[in-house]
Amino acid sequence: MTEVVAPPRAEVSVQTIANAAPRMPRSRRRENTVGWAFLAPFAVVFVLFLVTPLAWGFYLSFTGQSLTGAGGGLVGFANYSEALGDPDMWRSMGNTLWFTVLSTVPLVLVALAMAVLVNLGLPGQWIWRLAFFMPYLLASSVVSLFWVWLYNPQLGLVNALTGLFGATPVAWLQDTDWAMIAIVVTTVWWTVGFNFLLYLAALQNIPEQQYEAAALDGAGKWRQLFSITIPQLAPTTMLIVILQVLASLKVFDQVYQMTGGGPGGATRSTVEYIFEVGFTGYRFGYSSAISYIFFAIIVIVSIAQFVFRKGARS
Amino acid sequence: MTAQLLVPSDIVERAVPSRRRTVPTRTSASSVVAFAILAVLALGWLLPFVWAVVTSLKTETDAGSTPVSWFPESGFTIVAYLKVLGEGNLLTWTANSLFTTVAITVITVVVSALAAYAFSRIDFSGRRWIFVLVIASIIIPPQVLIIPLFYQMLALNLVDTYWGIILPQVIAPAMVFVLKKFFDQIPIELEDAARMDGASRLRIFWLIVVPLSRPILAAVSIFVFIGAWNNFLWPFIVTNNSLLMTLPVGLQTVKSAYGVQYAENMAMAILAALPLIVVFLIFQRQIIKGIATTGLGGQ
Repeated sequence: MTEVVAPPRAEVSVQTIANAAPRMPRSRRRENTVGWAFLAPFAVVFVLFLVTPLAWGFYLSFTGQSLTGAGGGLVGFANYSEALGDPDMWRSMGNTLWFTVLSTVPLVLVALAMAVLVNLGLPGQWIWRLAFFMPYLLASSVVSLFWVWLYNPQLGLVNALTGLFGATPVAWLQDTDWAMIAIVVTTVWWTVGFNFLLYLAALQNIPEQQYEAAALDGAGKWRQLFSITIPQLAPTTMLIVILQVLASLKVFDQVYQMTGGGPGGATRSTVEYIFEVGFTGYRFGYSSAISYIFFAIIVIVSIAQFVFRKGARS
Repeated sequence: MTAQLLVPSDIVERAVPSRRRTVPTRTSASSVVAFAILAVLALGWLLPFVWAVVTSLKTETDAGSTPVSWFPESGFTIVAYLKVLGEGNLLTWTANSLFTTVAITVITVVVSALAAYAFSRIDFSGRRWIFVLVIASIIIPPQVLIIPLFYQMLALNLVDTYWGIILPQVIAPAMVFVLKKFFDQIPIELEDAARMDGASRLRIFWLIVVPLSRPILAAVSIFVFIGAWNNFLWPFIVTNNSLLMTLPVGLQTVKSAYGVQYAENMAMAILAALPLIVVFLIFQRQIIKGIATTGLGGQ
């Protein structure tokens, strides 16, 4: 970033740097005061709204706490053992995992295809970027309104379009076989633009000379794609996969708004189950226990990717 | 942890639509095919918008009639928009969204920048392990905190208040990381000289560091703004009063309230989407750059 080296407005003389005084114990104390003063506003909100709820949630997970305040006593590991034997919890975990697999693959591949195509430099650059990225700017409730309407069994555009190819109408969001796929399609439409931008940034960083050299060696465009572009993008791909897996595991908004977890729990995700147990079933203690099991899974996935990346780099 | 994956800033510069790339000089058959694929993809991606706009311009009768048609029998009309603007709480929700989002953005950027500066420049005791703690907290999914946070808001009497919406959203450890990385790159000589001249840390921060950090501060602001504007889960949990709801939360309630008013639902969705799309069209370059700069750190 070239802006950084621009001269600052304050008048400073470079010579004085050489005379910088050695650190004194008194200045050390001053550094402490000043440092903590700068940190204080962040530290306050960090402790109040992150550390406190994190600790409180952990405590709640060992109680029978309900929303009304009843049953606040400690129950030991009862919530955790109940969760491990709760078929609904396992089903929500399975759904979340299934959603993660189903969504991550197209969210990587479609983004890659879009970025490679746009990077060819064909006319209409801004319209491609706009079309692919704009949905990412929408709130989940706008996305849900759009797609619930598109998926409407009688009046929806999706059935009208598939009908052109002779397909029979499907009640996409009410059909156990299709509901999850319908949500995945919506999610790809909504968020692929983010991955697309990351790929595009990485693509534009591949040195032009590599392609020129390959062309001289007689490599065609397809050959270049597979022997230069895709290997060069490997770090970006890994990054996108990791971010995508972590994001997909936390799915809630569009599922809650489009199907409410239905039909018959076929699309209920873990976060939605946490929400339902807590705010519909009023079982704060039990909900906290599931939250912590979920948190543990996120931590394990994060550490696994970290170790994996470290290993890949060395 | 994911914050370690930040792209170097030179990549980011290149993420911005560049004018250097030119159209290929010769039109080959393969570029025609590529263009066709792109066009089909782009059409597919724009179709939900177009269909929503078309539906919103129909009468309810036309919107609810089969077969599905692009050209309504009784012509296009803006009656759905007038009804939605006249009757619902859309404008209230927009105002709520605007107020809470601006507050969240300002507070987040200020507290994060001050903390990042302390981590980058001030040698106070405990700096290292506190920074490690802040970075480690990036891993915490906000979804895990909803139950105890709601409890806390009940205890603090902040349920159904603006502050209840705002305060839990101002902690952005990933942004602290991004800002610290940037401050680390600023030559320390610039500040040392000012310190010799007796300037206070706050003065140095304000007069030297902030002006030099405008691009990154803008990027972080944009990222926080978009995230807060669209955030659903927390505002949804902490507000019950319809008059205090943000746009995404309020919008979610209309589906049940209006039931089968398809044209009105689409008019609402379009109006709700409009502010951010307009902002995007105006600041396209900065937003793309901002996402690429801070996006990786922010996830």
